[in-house]
Amino acid sequence: MAIWFSRSRNIVFSLRHNLNLSGILIKRDYSPRPAFTNSQLSSKSVCLDSFTSLRHESTAVEKQLDLVQQSDEEDPQELNFPGGKVGYTSEMKFIPESSSLRVPCYRVLDEDGRIISNSDYIPVSEKLAVRMYEHMATLQVMDHIFYEAQRQGRISFFITAVGEEAINIASAAALSPDDVVLPQYREPGVLLWRGFTLQEFANQCFGNKADRGKGRQMPVHYGSNRHNFFTVSSPIATQLPQAAGVGYSLKMEKKNACAVTFIGDGGTSEGDFHAGLNFAAVMEAPVVFICRNNGWAISTHISEQFRSDGIVVKGQAYGIRSIRVDGNDALAVYSAVRSAREMAVKEQRPVLIEAMTYRVGHHSTSDDSTKYRAADEIQYWKMSRNPVNRFRKWVEDNGWWSEEDESKIRSNARKQILQAIQAAEKWDKPPLTELFSDVYDVKPKNLEEQELGLKELVEKQPQDYPPGFQI
Amino acid sequence: MASLLGRFCRKLVVPGSAHGSRMISTTACDSEAVKSLNLYSAINQALHIALETDPRSYVFGEDVGFGGVFRCTTGLAERFGKNRVFNTPLCEQGIVGFGIGLAAMGNRAVVEIQFADYIYPAFDQIVNEAAKFRYRSGNQFNCGGLTIRAPYGAVGHGGHYHSQSPEAFFCHVPGIKVVIPRSPREAKGLLLSSIRDPNPVVFFEPKWLYRQAVEEVPEHDYMIPLSQAEVIREGNDITLVGWGAQLTVMEQACLDAEKVLDFIFQLKDNWFKVSNMGLELIMQEGISCELIDLKTLLPWDKETVEASVKKTGRLLISHEAPVTGGFGAEISATILERCFLKLEAPVSRVCGLDTPFPLVFEPFYMPTKNKASSSSSLSSPLKKKRHYLIMGLHVWCRYWMQSSPLLITSHSICFFR
Repeated sequence: MAIWFSRSRNIVFSLRHNLNLSGILIKRDYSPRPAFTNSQLSSKSVCLDSFTSLRHESTAVEKQLDLVQQSDEEDPQELNFPGGKVGYTSEMKFIPESSSLRVPCYRVLDEDGRIISNSDYIPVSEKLAVRMYEHMATLQVMDHIFYEAQRQGRISFFITAVGEEAINIASAAALSPDDVVLPQYREPGVLLWRGFTLQEFANQCFGNKADRGKGRQMPVHYGSNRHNFFTVSSPIATQLPQAAGVGYSLKMEKKNACAVTFIGDGGTSEGDFHAGLNFAAVMEAPVVFICRNNGWAISTHISEQFRSDGIVVKGQAYGIRSIRVDGNDALAVYSAVRSAREMAVKEQRPVLIEAMTYRVGHHSTSDDSTKYRAADEIQYWKMSRNPVNRFRKWVEDNGWWSEEDESKIRSNARKQILQAIQAAEKWDKPPLTELFSDVYDVKPKNLEEQELGLKELVEKQPQDYPPGFQI
Repeated sequence: MASLLGRFCRKLVVPGSAHGSRMISTTACDSEAVKSLNLYSAINQALHIALETDPRSYVFGEDVGFGGVFRCTTGLAERFGKNRVFNTPLCEQGIVGFGIGLAAMGNRAVVEIQFADYIYPAFDQIVNEAAKFRYRSGNQFNCGGLTIRAPYGAVGHGGHYHSQSPEAFFCHVPGIKVVIPRSPREAKGLLLSSIRDPNPVVFFEPKWLYRQAVEEVPEHDYMIPLSQAEVIREGNDITLVGWGAQLTVMEQACLDAEKVLDFIFQLKDNWFKVSNMGLELIMQEGISCELIDLKTLLPWDKETVEASVKKTGRLLISHEAPVTGGFGAEISATILERCFLKLEAPVSRVCGLDTPFPLVFEPFYMPTKNKASSSSSLSSPLKKKRHYLIMGLHVWCRYWMQSSPLLITSHSICFFR
C-alpha cells in the first residue's frame, strides 16, 4: 500500500515549525509560480513489500519533484506495522486540527473576466466557449421560467441552480459523453449540455406521458440513459458509493471513461460520502467526485456542517488526490474537471474536486432563504460574483460575443421554454398501467390483482380521481 | 374403509427423515451426478457456477477473499481472480451502494453482508435506491443484477447480533425480492435463480444449517423458480407454512402430530380385544399435516397456500422472528381474506417472542416444535378427533360384543371430517 504525503506549498512553511513527525517528508517549495495540477502534488511514497495488496498493477510511485528536507529532530529509524513502515519520534506532537492557512482556490479568471497572468489552464476555443456561454444563459432562463411556473401552480415543485451555472456547464463541457454522470439534484446543466431537450425537461416536470421517468417522481428528478445521466433521487449522497461501483465497472471493461458524481457541502456529512470515497480509493476506481460547496444546505450554513477546511482536505484522508477550485470561474472549473477526468481514466484512480460557489437561489420552491440569511448577502453574490456575467465578459473581450447575441439567446431560450411548458402542460399523464409497471421487470401477481381492482374502482367512481389518465 | 386406508397409506413416512415425503420434485433426475453437501458448500457451488457462467459477475463483501467467515466463498478468489472476488472495506452501505453501481452498469453483483444483523446501514441503499432504481427511472436504468446474501437466524449462541431474522423489514419493500432456502439443494437452485433474476434480491441463508444440514445436491447448474412455494409434505388436517431453518422444526412437529396417541394405547389394553389391524388403523390416525415451504417471501405464492388452507381448513405459521409485525402477520391476513369461510380455527402463529434475541434464554425464546404442537391449531383438531374416536370405538365395541363383528371404522372415524 503506498502511503501518500502531500502538502500544499503554502502550508509547508508553518508545518516545518509546528509538525515534527518523522517520516512525513515535507516538501519545500516557496516559488511564487502557480503550479498546475500534477506539479502541485509532490509526494514520497513509503512503499512496503509484504503488506502490499494491490489487485492491479502497482500505481507508479510519483517522483518527488522538489527537494525534500527532513527536520533536524527526526529519527531516521522506522517501525514496522501492518500498513507499512512508519518513522517514529519521541516528541509528542499532535497534528493541529487545521492548518494556519486554508487550501487555496484555483482560479483563472478574475472577477472582471480577465485571465490572471501566468495562469495555468487548458485553453478553450471560441466554438467551445460560445457553446458554454449559450448553455449557461439557457440554464439561467430555464431556471427562471420553471421557478415562476411553480409559483403559478403549474408544476408542483422546482429546484434552481442559480449561481452554479459555471459548475454545471463547465464541468459537463470538460467530460466526454461516455463518462457516466451520477448527479445529486442541482446539476441539470450537465444534462442540458449533453442534449436533453427543453421539452424533455418540461415533460419530466409535468410528469406527462412523454416523461421518460413515466411521471413517477417529483420535478427535477431527471434521468436519461441515452445521455449517461443516472436518474436523480432525493436521498442525499446515495449516489457516491454507486459511482464507485460504476467507475469500477468502467475500469473492468477498460473503457475510456470514468464515473462523475456530484454532491453538495451538506451531502459530505452523510455516511455515504465516506463510503463512496473510501471504496473508490480502495478499489482504484476512476471516479471524479465534484463537491459543490455553495455555503448552504437548506438553512444550514457550512459552519454548522463541518469543522474542517471545507471538503478538499478530506480527500487526503482517503488517499484521494484533491483540488479546490473557484466554482464561479468557468475556465478554472473546465481545466480542473478536464484534468481530473484525465487522471481518473489514465491512472485509474478517484479524484476529488471542491468547487467553491454560492447558492444564490433558495434551496427549492419550498424554501424562502431570506428567513435564514441576509438579503444583501444574496444580492451581493447575485450581482457582483455572478459566474455567468464573469464568463460573458471574457467571451466578449475575446470578440466572440455581442449584445445582439445576448438578447438573441435569451429571447430564443425563453420562447422555446415557454412553448415546451405549454405543450407539456396540455399532454395527458401516463396511462394508469404505468403505476404498476417497472416495480419488477415483470408484473407479479399481486400487482396484477391490484391493478384490476383499481381499474374497477376508477371506472365505478371516476369523479373521485383526477382526469387525464387513460385507464 | 378404502378412503381411510388411502389417506392412511399416504401418510406413512419413515420417521426421522429430514424432509418427509417429497411430493413435488423440482430438481435433477436420478441419472445426474449428486454429491452430499452441507449448506455452505452448496452455496459455494452456486457461486462458482454463477461466476463461471457470467464473466461480468462479481462476488464481494467483508472477508470473502479468504473464503468468508462461513466458508461460502471458498476458492472463488483463487479461481476467478481478485478483480472479481474481493474484500471490501467494513462498510455495509458502501458494499451495497457499490453493488448497485456495478449492477446498474449491467454486471451481476453478488454482495455478502456478513450477518443479517448488520444489514441495517445498507437499508437506505436497499430500500431507497435498489428497490426503486428501475421504477423511478421509467425503466431506463435497473440494478437487477444485484443479489445481497446474508446469514440469518438462530445459531444456538448468537445472542442479539448474530441471530436476527430481519426478513419482515424487507418484505415491506416493493421492488426487491426476498428469498430464503431451507436446505442445501434448495439453496443452490434458489441462489442461482436469485443471481440471475433481473431484479434485486435479498437472499437470507439460515446459518444454523451451514454445517448442520447435509443433503444430496446435484452437481450441475440448476435453478429453482422464485415465487413458487412448495408443498413438502402433503396432509389434510392442517397447513403449516414456514421457511428456512424453521421448516426442520415444523417437520418434527408434523411427525409428532401424526404419531400414536398414548390415550389410544390405554384404550387398547383396557377396553376390548380387537384385531391388531383394526386397532392399528385407529391408532395411527393422528393429525395429517400439510407442510409448505414458502421459499420466496416477496413476492410470495399466495395461491399455493390458499389452495392448501381451503383443503385443510387450518393454518399455522411459524418463524423465528418476533411475532409482532413478523411476516406471519401478512400471511395470516391474506389467508383470512381469501379463505375465511373455509377456516375451522383461527390462524396460528408460532414465532419468536417480542424481545431482542436473547443469549441464555434462547431455548425459551425459540418457536420450538413443542410450541407448535401445543398451539391451538394443532391441538384443537386433536381434541376433536379424540372425542370422536372415543365415540366411534365405544359404538364399535358395543356392536362387537353383542353380535358378529361389524366393520364400522370408516363411518365413525370419518365422522370428524
